[in-house]
Amino acid sequence: MAIYLTKESRVLVQGMTGAEGMKHTRRMLAAGTNIVGGVNPRKAGRTVDFDVPQSPNGLSGAPVPVPVPVFGSVADGMRETGADVTVVFVPPAFTAAAVVEAADAGIGLAVVITEGVPVHDSVAFVTHAAARGTRVIGPNCPGLITPGQSDAGIIPADITEPGRIGLVSKSGTLTYQLMYELRDIGFSTCVGIGGDPVVGTSHIDCLAAFEEDPDTDLVVLIGEIGGDAEERAAAYIRDHVTKPVVGYIAGFTAPEGKTMGHAGAIVSGSTGTAQAKKEALEAAGVRVGATPAETARLALAVLDEGP
Amino acid sequence: MDLYEHQARELFAEHGILVPRAEVTDSPEEAREIARRLGGRVVVKAQVKTGGRGKAGGVRFAADPAAAELTARQILGMVIKGHPVGTVMLARPVDIETEFYVSYVLDRAAGRFLAIASAEGGTEIEEVAAARPAAVARIPVDPAQGVTSAKAGEIAAAAGLPAQTADVLVRLWQVLIREDALLVEVNPLVRTRQGQILALDGKVTLDDNASFRQSRWGAESTEHGDPLEAAAAAKGLNYVKLDGEVGIIGNGAGLVMSTLDVVAGCGARPANFLDIGGGASAEIMADGLSVVLSDPAVRSVLVNVFGGITACDAVADGIVRALDTVRLTKPLVVRLDGNNAARGREILDARRHPLVQQATTMDGAARRAAELATAV
Repeated sequence: MAIYLTKESRVLVQGMTGAEGMKHTRRMLAAGTNIVGGVNPRKAGRTVDFDVPQSPNGLSGAPVPVPVPVFGSVADGMRETGADVTVVFVPPAFTAAAVVEAADAGIGLAVVITEGVPVHDSVAFVTHAAARGTRVIGPNCPGLITPGQSDAGIIPADITEPGRIGLVSKSGTLTYQLMYELRDIGFSTCVGIGGDPVVGTSHIDCLAAFEEDPDTDLVVLIGEIGGDAEERAAAYIRDHVTKPVVGYIAGFTAPEGKTMGHAGAIVSGSTGTAQAKKEALEAAGVRVGATPAETARLALAVLDEGP
Repeated sequence: MDLYEHQARELFAEHGILVPRAEVTDSPEEAREIARRLGGRVVVKAQVKTGGRGKAGGVRFAADPAAAELTARQILGMVIKGHPVGTVMLARPVDIETEFYVSYVLDRAAGRFLAIASAEGGTEIEEVAAARPAAVARIPVDPAQGVTSAKAGEIAAAAGLPAQTADVLVRLWQVLIREDALLVEVNPLVRTRQGQILALDGKVTLDDNASFRQSRWGAESTEHGDPLEAAAAAKGLNYVKLDGEVGIIGNGAGLVMSTLDVVAGCGARPANFLDIGGGASAEIMADGLSVVLSDPAVRSVLVNVFGGITACDAVADGIVRALDTVRLTKPLVVRLDGNNAARGREILDARRHPLVQQATTMDGAARRAAELATAV
């Protein structure tokens, strides 16, 4: 089952013919993603051959050529292939137009990897997409992976096997770290929602989806300083989530008023602190680890306790 | 990026919002001339990117040009909440009848902007909101519609502002949109005894992500506070100076923030945040190491990398080549995990640098770096 992405997902790549698009399309193909096409109005009608190594990380193994057609628009690509997911690698200046095009074409899920998108653009395309029933994940995110089925974005496919943990995170590398710590248990779906101030999919959206997903037994929630998404998630967990949730928050040592790498990771006055997020989660019954390793141990302990 | 008050004032004026006559200087002598031009009596205001200037004595009246020079000299020497005062703005005083508060702020959870307005301006809006929540109106703005005259009227009415302020609310929204701002705040917005609506003080935060289409404020609004941060910025590094003794280098904002916390949990204090991103080439590693090592407070350095797409052998290569160009003066603890970690560890072992040691886990690496930094 998993959430948002399965092996049935038919995936387009907007910006596939750029350097990042090429590199990651090759990786996604190696991970088994059903990539049905790229989108580039200037290269419509062509086919790009990817030499795809037959290993999950796309880095080794004998390469096999995989042809991928390029369409002039998302609408063309959807009509020809039945695509229902798009992964967006286009540069920041063109990201809003790309997502609006995909939403107007009626795509179900747009995964926006691009970092550095102006916030006003994100506000516009997230609102536009929501009104048309398109779920946006990102921007400035690593995407999502349903191990063993499909990988939409840049999350490495060889860290973990399929399993029964769901993961939702603002941070890419912390996602990888927790996937690695819990690789022996495995994951249903891991979603990197992104570290920007405005993102299309929240912790709460993912918690609701994991709660409904029969393949997920436990959720790992990773947050960081800035905003109040984690506090909101805590309130949601208290009222709506019956599955166990284990949390981790980064940024206890971050000073006030400094942006820590992610555009959204900033403590403003007394709001957005790691301590407040941890306390809100704990008050909702979430066990919060002091380090990624401890968080993994808490998750293992919860799974051992059983239902 | 926050703008200085005088830059915010300039933006407001360009968009047709009335502001007091004012000029900026870094020289007390020139302050005297400016005061003369403005009619003698002026307000002298420290230009720093922090709140609470008034309480700190950074905003004062001067009765005549000689007093303006003296006051400017005093304020230009001040440090307000860690921000040295480099310039002052001298403004002609305004005959205030009433003070209001208006702003547009990003509502992150809703993914849209929110108008906040109150008929009780002049003080911190958080204080007003805490004391009398009903005195502060919070109205969401539909991004597709923006703030039209009708919407501005709705905001003004909700906050109990005079209908006259609607025009300013429309123009302020244009500042927000055209300048790619994340925050536009006027506090106070005043009605003068002559009946004019005037923006007396303002704050504007611009979106750094939009700098590719908003080039004008770049260098002139950068505060040259910490020299290490300035050196790192010049090399394009994502570096924040902190007060501790363990230098931190890692890949990915979340993992680096987490590394700082884990080091703090081991009883040492992180000296900095440095995210070298996905690439971690030899050049970036060398640049990063040289900035971190040039911090005299640093007593050990921790490199924490989880190889996702990045291969750890490439990171190890980067470290080894960086060691050829940067003289390592402090112990370096390296933790490599993930993609090609075993190969990366071999490469570092083969280099046999006496100051480099490896740890197999993040927690172990943080513990070791903390021990090295706090050993007497």
